[in-house]
Amino acid sequence: MSLTDLLGGLLVLLGMPFFFLGTLGLLRFPDAYTRLHALAKTDNVGLGLVCLGLALYSGSWLTGLKLLLIWLLMLVASAAGAGLIGRTAMARGMKPWGL
Amino acid sequence: MGWLVLVFDGLLAAALIWLAWQATHTPGLFRSVISFIIFGLLMALAWVRLDAPDIALAEAAIGAGATGALLLSALGRLVATHEEGAPWQERRDLYFWIPAGGALLGLLTLAAWMLPSPGLGEQVQDALPESGVQNPVTAVLLNFRALDTLLEIGVLLLAAIAIWSLGRMPLPSAPAVRSPALPALGRLLFPMFVLVSAYLLWRGSHAPGGAFPAGAVMGAGGILTILAGAQPWLTGSVHGPWRMLLSLGFAAMLALALGVMALGQPFFAYPPGLAGLIVLALELAAGLSIAMSLVALYLAGQPPDHWEGEARGE
Amino acid sequence: MIYLLLAGVLFVIGLHGLFVARHLLRKILSLNVLSAAVFLLLVALAREADPLDAVPHAIVLTGIVVSVSATAVALVLLVRLSRPREDQRKLMDEEGG
Repeated sequence: MSLTDLLGGLLVLLGMPFFFLGTLGLLRFPDAYTRLHALAKTDNVGLGLVCLGLALYSGSWLTGLKLLLIWLLMLVASAAGAGLIGRTAMARGMKPWGL
Repeated sequence: MGWLVLVFDGLLAAALIWLAWQATHTPGLFRSVISFIIFGLLMALAWVRLDAPDIALAEAAIGAGATGALLLSALGRLVATHEEGAPWQERRDLYFWIPAGGALLGLLTLAAWMLPSPGLGEQVQDALPESGVQNPVTAVLLNFRALDTLLEIGVLLLAAIAIWSLGRMPLPSAPAVRSPALPALGRLLFPMFVLVSAYLLWRGSHAPGGAFPAGAVMGAGGILTILAGAQPWLTGSVHGPWRMLLSLGFAAMLALALGVMALGQPFFAYPPGLAGLIVLALELAAGLSIAMSLVALYLAGQPPDHWEGEARGE
Repeated sequence: MIYLLLAGVLFVIGLHGLFVARHLLRKILSLNVLSAAVFLLLVALAREADPLDAVPHAIVLTGIVVSVSATAVALVLLVRLSRPREDQRKLMDEEGG
């Protein structure tokens, strides 16, 4: 097992808690806004770490670039989706929790 | 690692069964539709596990993406979305339907089991060099069994015609809060969809991919663009290139099938040497038609003569 | 084989839903679950063969597209059924028919 393999595996493992906590937040947080907050952590950091780890693990530039593209697209989709859900919730008159 | 894979398969199967139950048997239509979309996504994973990456690609784009958008927009347009009472009728007939369904399934499995057991895998492998492509699934779809694909594109075209002939339908509602960034994002991302589908189309000749996933991805991109409030390419007017593109796949395949007959070959027998080129051209035509049909299906009615702001007389 | 079993269970769920569901949208969903089960059965059986049998894969791809067409037509008919007549007429008037 080479160093890049080890590092890649480590990064993927490091990304896992973000997915776990994001899912936990989605299930347990009280309102739409806080849930969006939890989800964004999963999409941005968790997926970023997993993609980085897999890119190192694959050991090929081309695959790495494709994974980077996937992550960037996911960032855009996540931001657009979160903005849309948040705006719609606001327009429907949903009060943020605790305010 | 063997047991780990088994655990994964078991979890996947359990999740699929639970989601299917949610989609068909629990109260709340919105919940059911969402469950069904997730069901489609997990089905794509199941296809990967079954060594069918072509189907996985198509399922992720069509089964989860396009069908999901269709279901959600239909749900939004339904006037009375609430269900009265329990989602199902009598509970007593369960004692009849479960054995009956089980028996039917048993018969089907038996029938499938009794098919000539090695299947056609070897014949496909043997004939692959003549087909002009290296991916067996593409070879079957567009060369060996091109007749099936012709009829299937015909079905898609027929569905689009049926929907258009039902008259107009109000456009899918725009997002509740208009955001200027959204249409711009839709327009920006659409070239990305085109790029991905061109890549899938090109890949289809030697690896999983091909006209179906490519068309599905492009169609999904078009639907997304409409959802974001922008107008997808090539759909400027009903009289424009849209109609031609809708029927392009069917027309091209039919013309080719009849054309080779004029050259003295049997129906759908490609002249040797040209097969690779022909398959690629047909894939391009079929992919474009599939994409356009998916957008047409999503609009759920004859499209408007002009999109908002853009006046265009009839 | 776990996937053959899964196809069986999904088939029964879909068939049962198709027969007993009250709402038409739910019947359409059941029909889709049913078709997914049949596709799964075909591909799971195809895997038994030694050189992977590509024909069922191609047929299932075709089947997915046909099933989405059928679903789309069914959904449009369903929406048309649920909309009152007035709604339609108003829409036609607006377009200056």
